[in-house]
This record gives sequence, structure tokens and C-alpha cells, in this order.
Amino acid sequence: MKAAVIVFPGSNCDRDVRVALEAVDGVAVDMVWHGEGDFEAADLIVLPGGFSYGDYLRSGAMAAHSPVMKEVVARAGKGVPVLGICNGFQVLTEAGLLPGALLANAGLNFVCRDVHVRVENSQTLFASGLEQGAVLRIPVAHHDGQYFADDETLAELADNEQIAFRYAAGETPGPANPNGSVQDIAGIYNATKTVLGLMPHPERAADPRHGGSDGQAIFAGLAQALG
Amino acid sequence: MRAKVHIYPKPGVLDPQAKAVGNALAGLGFDGIGELRQGKLFELELEASDAASARARVEDMCERLLANTVIENYRVEIEE
Repeated sequence: MKAAVIVFPGSNCDRDVRVALEAVDGVAVDMVWHGEGDFEAADLIVLPGGFSYGDYLRSGAMAAHSPVMKEVVARAGKGVPVLGICNGFQVLTEAGLLPGALLANAGLNFVCRDVHVRVENSQTLFASGLEQGAVLRIPVAHHDGQYFADDETLAELADNEQIAFRYAAGETPGPANPNGSVQDIAGIYNATKTVLGLMPHPERAADPRHGGSDGQAIFAGLAQALG
Repeated sequence: MRAKVHIYPKPGVLDPQAKAVGNALAGLGFDGIGELRQGKLFELELEASDAASARARVEDMCERLLANTVIENYRVEIEE
């Protein structure tokens, strides 16, 4: 599998996700600068975490209009899988590739700690390494992670099984839902399940030396599903 | 021509920052404060032949960048 990691000014998890991907056998990674209008074919596109454009205007809003995003949107339209983590999730909603929006955390604090998320739909290429209903321990690190969508959109997400992960109770201190997300939503798919956005950082739990490796199964599963 | 764009969270969208500001005002002794909303104001100059075309352009800017219409409403004022 070849993955393209898009690098925006202010991205800061681009190298982490590269390391997590390259740790899987047979995965090659290209780093693509946001100013590129075109880039080499890839089996997977990753929008990493960080603070693209300093979160000016709204988190992800400026990056969503970066030159490279026209190409990302076009390829997503052709079915190329796109994974957005944290700021990448915010960019995907701002670019219209995923429904809803990410608001400031309900508690107004930046939350940086481990949380637990439950796998709500394992029948996707992103979750091929995960068991339905499994609970993963993965860190979050965000200020604007409160998922919001109107009732109609939430009903559609449920009907189409587009909810990927929900925050779940676990042994970590603090509330299970760290940011007030509606229906405890931590990650969602687009209608065709080829675009995934999630607030937790699987690349920060991809090696036992991180203190946990539950996120590694996402990268390994993707590599297996995409060859 | 000059335009002002006011952007506010939609009704029903939780705005914890505005709520915290409202609580702080109450803490300062400002009684009787009802709903408090916090928004953004953009002022911009633009070239346009008339107010209607200026409004149409600024509304397009709002739809495409200045506002996120999932969570925000906008109001455009044109000053000739």
C-alpha cells in the first residue's frame, strides 16, 4: 500500500502518522505539501492532526481550501480512501467530505488524555483489523472536538451505519465523552465508508512503547485491505 | 464599496464560550442578562458595480469560506 500524508502549515502529527504507517509491512508513505495541486497516485490519503493555518477562522477552514484539497476532494469522489485524524477530521468536515462540524469542547478546555472508543461499524476497510463492539484505548488532544450535526443528519448517519466510533466508558479518569460530542460520536464515515474522520489519534497508540498499541490495528487493517 | 458580515452560531448550537462570558458578567454584578451570543464581524472593501452585485459576492464568500453554515448563520450589510 502506498499512502500520501498531506502536510499543511501547522500540521504536527504528519511524521507520527508516517511512522505508524511505515511500521506496517509493505507500506510506503509520500509526504505531500499542501501547495501541490497534484501528487502521485496513492491507495490511501491521510490528513494528519495539528493546527493547520493556526486554526485561523475555524479549525480546518483554511486547510479545506488549500490547493491540494481540490485534488483530495476529486480523488475521494473517485473512491480513494481518505483518513482524517483530529485536525484532519476538522478539515474533512470543512471541505464537505464529511457531514457535521467540530465545535469547541463543551468544557472549553484543551483535552489531552487517553479515552476509550467503541467500534460501531467494523464492516469497512478502515476497521478491517477491528472487532465490532471492541473498545480501544487511544489518546485525544484537541480543543475543538465536539462533534455536532443536526437531528436529520444524525438520523442519516445512524440509518447508513456511518458512525465509526463512539466514546465509551473505561478505566481512564474523567468523563467517557471528553468534549460533549453529540451522541458520544468520536468518528464518522461518509456515505460510502471510504472517508473516515476521527478525533482520537491512533498514531499515538501504535506501538507498545507509546503506552498502548490499540490504534495500530487501524493501520495494519488498512494495509491488509488495500494491499 | 464596503461590506460588513456578521456571523453567529445557529440557535441550538452549544456556545460554551458565550455562556462563560455571560456567567462572568453576572459575576461582576450585571444582573438580568438573558441569552448572550458571541459572533464574528468582518469588514471588507470590495469593487462592485452596485449594491446588489456586492451583496451576491459577499454572500458567496460566506457560503464558501467565511461562515460554516452547518453551525453558523450570517448577515450581510452593504454600505455604499
